[in-house]
Amino acid sequence: MRTLEQTIDEILGLAATHFKVPREQLSPHDDFFKKLKIDSLQALELLTRLEHHFSVELPDYEFQGVSDFRTLAERIHTRL
Amino acid sequence: MLDLRQYTSLGAALRDALERWPDETCLIEADRERENCRLTYRQFKEAALPLARALQDLGFQGGDRAAIIMTNQSKWLISAYAVFYSGGVLVPLDYKLMAREHLQLLAHCKAQVLIVEHHLWRVITQADGYRDFKVRTVLVTEAPAKMDLAGARRWEESRGSAEPQFIPRAREDVACIVYSSGTGGRPKGCALTHENYLEQCVALTALYPFWPGVRYLSILPTNHAIDFMVGFIGPFTCGATVVHLRTLRPEYVRDAFPRYRIAYMTLVPMLLKNLERGLRAKFGALAPYRRFLLHWLIRINRTLVGDRPNLRVSRVLLRQVHQAFGGELRTLFVGGAFMDPSTLQFFYDLGIPVANAYGLTEAGTAVTVNDFKPFRADTVGKPLPGMEIKIINPGSDGVGEVAVRSKTVMSHYLDDPELTAETIKDGWLRTGDLGRIDPSGHLQLFGRVKNMIVTEGGKNVYPEDIENAFEGLLVKELCVFAANFVWPERVLGNEKLILVVRLEPGNEITDALLNELSSRNRRLPDYKRVNGYVVWDEDFPRTASMKIKRGVLAEAIRAKLDRQSAVVKL
Repeated sequence: MRTLEQTIDEILGLAATHFKVPREQLSPHDDFFKKLKIDSLQALELLTRLEHHFSVELPDYEFQGVSDFRTLAERIHTRL
Repeated sequence: MLDLRQYTSLGAALRDALERWPDETCLIEADRERENCRLTYRQFKEAALPLARALQDLGFQGGDRAAIIMTNQSKWLISAYAVFYSGGVLVPLDYKLMAREHLQLLAHCKAQVLIVEHHLWRVITQADGYRDFKVRTVLVTEAPAKMDLAGARRWEESRGSAEPQFIPRAREDVACIVYSSGTGGRPKGCALTHENYLEQCVALTALYPFWPGVRYLSILPTNHAIDFMVGFIGPFTCGATVVHLRTLRPEYVRDAFPRYRIAYMTLVPMLLKNLERGLRAKFGALAPYRRFLLHWLIRINRTLVGDRPNLRVSRVLLRQVHQAFGGELRTLFVGGAFMDPSTLQFFYDLGIPVANAYGLTEAGTAVTVNDFKPFRADTVGKPLPGMEIKIINPGSDGVGEVAVRSKTVMSHYLDDPELTAETIKDGWLRTGDLGRIDPSGHLQLFGRVKNMIVTEGGKNVYPEDIENAFEGLLVKELCVFAANFVWPERVLGNEKLILVVRLEPGNEITDALLNELSSRNRRLPDYKRVNGYVVWDEDFPRTASMKIKRGVLAEAIRAKLDRQSAVVKL
């Protein structure tokens, strides 16, 4: 069973790889729209990546209003 | 299609459509790769009429208001038809609003019925303003078994056994109340009549007809004015099929084209750009000789097609591109916000015509649309049949405020005669948009005269609606503006909001204040966030009732400050 911190770490790693950003530049409280310079559709693409990685289905609406990695991780973590 | 001029209401037109094409598929609901439901017009009727009866048994009467808060799905349309059948007024609310905003609008429109998805209902019941909730009947869809619904009923179990009564409506009766803005400040509930919608549908289908068997892909929520018309009323009154996709994820949207052999689809600019980005990435990944071949075919297509689309030629020349879209795609519609001409040209060169349109909720959706006679990437097309456009106070270059007159213009703003009178003068709707009609009759847009922005996602954001997010900030007073309202620019797209703060005398901007400001800003949905702030050193001009005189303040800021140096980016 992953801890929340592990989940956050894996999300940051996946986001860095997917959007080609150095991992060390990302931190849990970052606004991922700003930090990754992405729009809401690209954020949904990231969500699909995360679904595959964590083997869970994440409804789009669950992530409405979420903009930082930590909250994103918390929402995913409750489904693991 | 039905001759909509013969009908007095949406309910009557939809009722006849369901009778006329009983065995045609009217609605498919897909979620990712799954198909949740597929209904013929007969099955749609069999799903909707028991719901209409249940509503009537619960006391719902002609003229009563029913709000819907749902994502993009089949129950939205079934519920809407049940409301229209019962003579009700539909209030489509944006499911992406926050719960307190939903509560404000439900109170403003005095809805008697609310039809809502369970996850949204759960959030509403936990919101601060819920104790003042007065909606008499709540129907909740997709609620888990044994879940406490806080007094609501299950939509799936709301089925009356007797035949419901069809309640006729007149053309001038209100069909929908559609909020174009106004959760924080002044709610703008556009009262759109049955005539508004019937005439809009006649105008649109004259240019872009649907027919039985043709499929429309709906990914925008049906509360969106465009989707309500082009993804519901239009296809249904022509016997066509609507495919609802419950997710906006680009990979599933791309998959849906070939899977359902889509002919038409409406997008907002952000989605179209995403499609473009995906295609460009695919083209870029091709082996060099294949990429060369593709560009060569695109050039030939451009030469052969010229300025009028020729699907037959393009589908042969660029077969693989068109196969990826299912091979039956006829037109993509785009509207709701500024569309970059280069994106329109990109798709046109591939033989995929994108009809760029302009409209606003107050005008019953679309006012102009590109008819490809010829294709123009630099305009929003010509007025639809029955629409009149004029430019108010044009400058020497012909640019002025766009005004619209047609049978599709809303009746009024709900409970706001003052705002209605300011907006509709002598039958002309003042749009607040700056434009020019070129010699060929095409409308070109240049910016706005009103204090608002439109996002790439097609959302209208009125600055005063988000000021309460910054309430309690340790400043003397504050105000949110569209930056282009303060410093007018003749551009569209990439519009920004700014926060103007007046500090207490002697105070300065501190790190603590900036952190608080940024933190409040982050809590807003991304499209409502302010992009920067301006420190203003005079008290805000106010009316006798202490409202900020926004126009006067904007003028004063413009006279004293320069945009580049005054706005500090957040």
